[in-house]
Amino acid sequence: MNKKLVIAPSPHIHGSDTTSRLMRDVLIALIPAFAVSVIVFGINSLVITAVAVGACVLFEYIIQKFLLKGPNTIVNLSAVLTGVLLAFNMPPHIPLWIVIIGALVAIGVGKISFGGLGANPFNPALVGRVFLLISFPVQMTTYPSPAPDAMSGATPLAFVKEALKSGRSVSDIMPDLISYQDMFIGFKGGSLGEIAAAALILGFIYLLWRRVITWHIPVVIVLTMGIFSGILHLAAPESYIGPLFHILNGGTLLGAIYMATDYVTSPMVRKGMVIYAIGIGIITILIRVFGAYPEGMSFAILIMNAVVPLLNKYVKPKRFGEVIQN
Amino acid sequence: MLKTFRLGGLHPSDNKLSRSNSISECGLPETVFIPLSQHIGAPATACVAKGDKVKVGQLVAKASGFVSSNIHSSVSGTITSVDNLPDAGGIRRPTITIKVEGDEWLEDIDRTDTIIRNCNLDSKQIIEKISSAGIVGMGGATFPTHVKLSIPPDKKAECLIINGVECEPYLTSDHRVMLERGEEFLIGVRILMKAIDVNKAYIGIENNKRDAIDHISGLAANFEGIEVVPLKVRYPQGGEKQLIDAIIRRQVASGALPISVGAVVQNVSTTLAIYEAVQKNKPLFERVVTVTGKNIPTPANLMVRIGTPISFVIDKCGGLPEDTGKIVNGGPMMGRSMSNPDAGVTKGTSGILIFKEKESVRAAATTCIKCAKCVSVCPMGLEPYLLYKLSQRQLLAETEENRVFDCIECGCCSYTCPAALPLLDMIRLSKMEVMRIIRERNLAK
Repeated sequence: MNKKLVIAPSPHIHGSDTTSRLMRDVLIALIPAFAVSVIVFGINSLVITAVAVGACVLFEYIIQKFLLKGPNTIVNLSAVLTGVLLAFNMPPHIPLWIVIIGALVAIGVGKISFGGLGANPFNPALVGRVFLLISFPVQMTTYPSPAPDAMSGATPLAFVKEALKSGRSVSDIMPDLISYQDMFIGFKGGSLGEIAAAALILGFIYLLWRRVITWHIPVVIVLTMGIFSGILHLAAPESYIGPLFHILNGGTLLGAIYMATDYVTSPMVRKGMVIYAIGIGIITILIRVFGAYPEGMSFAILIMNAVVPLLNKYVKPKRFGEVIQN
Repeated sequence: MLKTFRLGGLHPSDNKLSRSNSISECGLPETVFIPLSQHIGAPATACVAKGDKVKVGQLVAKASGFVSSNIHSSVSGTITSVDNLPDAGGIRRPTITIKVEGDEWLEDIDRTDTIIRNCNLDSKQIIEKISSAGIVGMGGATFPTHVKLSIPPDKKAECLIINGVECEPYLTSDHRVMLERGEEFLIGVRILMKAIDVNKAYIGIENNKRDAIDHISGLAANFEGIEVVPLKVRYPQGGEKQLIDAIIRRQVASGALPISVGAVVQNVSTTLAIYEAVQKNKPLFERVVTVTGKNIPTPANLMVRIGTPISFVIDKCGGLPEDTGKIVNGGPMMGRSMSNPDAGVTKGTSGILIFKEKESVRAAATTCIKCAKCVSVCPMGLEPYLLYKLSQRQLLAETEENRVFDCIECGCCSYTCPAALPLLDMIRLSKMEVMRIIRERNLAK
């Protein structure tokens, strides 16, 4: 037999997972939320998302090819995903040039300056968003109302925060708020991708089914926020609004399901994931209730991103043989 | 809920192409190549010389120490050489070459089909017979069986666990043995129970072999103390530590042996070999080999004499396909790719797996995206991504701190990695180094 044979160490077979398949699945999971945003905000949603994705991909391509002279990395779809998530964090009437600046910061500063996919400590889309929030506070917090009879010019979170600050009680505010049903479906003010709670949860189920992520981070974030805001609400029902409001509004679900679970910037071990998620939940509520901003999800995720290397170093998985004997 | 092990694991597609093909005789080649090192431990010492005539079942090499194994001729004929010849992996090892002449067996081997149920030997005599028959673990690890059955005086076995899991994709030899030689296999189990003095035996079989579960459960009703445990399909359930965890929910500590939790594990084919050795006086010189692959015209389960050239076995199944890229000795997850298909089948050859050229090439590695899939599939609770990174930088002390020595090399991490990183390749390198350092440290003590 003089045939040339391949010699390689085991294993000799490989599973079906690839980086681009995982990214593609996250993109698929975001389709329902995207559909709701187009229904609620119209063509704006489409244009902003297209510009954000186009800009992210283009910046990644240009920087890789001309600045770093490295391999073409756009095929792994991570830049597309960053673009979609960045767009989902934009208010519906944001000027497009601001979106493009956000894309440059997300890809250039947030991702490639640290060494590209896999090496960035912070979620690139959130780096872009927070940069814009600080640089263009007015444009980034102007939300037109989707329906003329609803609250104008504010997200439910911002509206409640202002009202409570001005001394009104929770029971006094409630009649002015949109119904929980509308909050769940998405007929409210907010960033493009955060309004559709139901659609985001649908995508979560898809991600679990495809085993792209595990339930740990999203569920623990939501539980922590629920418990923390629940305690506040029980202690002083007129000063603090209830947990369901916090869970259905703002970036809670978009952040918990799609941003905090970003592989690169979240912990490697289950126990670490839980600690990270608890941190995000607590910080988000702290900022929302006691901080200057009505919303704290982005900051909370970025702050906990910074803790991830520490968690990876000190939180070890349960080793075989350490499982409780029974 | 079916039982399974508690940490990590995954389920690669079964591809049990030969599952319904009955065991058939492979036939005799012109020449056999019998290596003297077919087991873990010291190579056996040849006790025949060039020109000697041998019969089937005759001792040709003696165990050289306790952790070693006897080797018997699988054919009758003339010894043509005792020399260093390349094994399947291409490494030259002492090998006895025998030119086949007829098929004359030693007279004391019982060649009838009669099934002998009664065994009046005591534990010591049984282990003695197993040792002289040259039986080793036939699941692939090839650890001498008499060593495993010789329980240290300060320990006590509580149960016997039979590994009928065959969790490697493609392989079906144990499955067929259970279906076709069920009764003999169960007598083997009883003999083993006697050898280690326990009155409970569990046979773990994965749920993708329902026919074997039903068949063996039915037969086991006539045998005292034997319980069939259906298991959820999950790789690497056939790993000794994983199987013990799945069946009796006890975890063997790092570095410890199964006996520390009262268990002794044996594989199905080994158990059949034990029956034949003890009841029929037949040494281990043939075994069932699964010959398989998506391109193989007729996948099969063949009864092959040890030393039969692998190429001869492949020819029996329609020959090597045109676009063959890789031949693997064993299963796809833990088997070894071979460079020399003219080498002989050994006691550990559970399968010969042939891959097409396209299946033989690995995807190009990209960068780690820290998806943590390797951590979640690791059945030992290790962090493969970290061990990989540390191994690349040759930080041996750190890999040891992170328990690289616990790695069982099951390949789940590399299999699952979306970036197609060669995780296990790198981990294996540092594991070898760390094990060497640990051995030296223990010697210095």
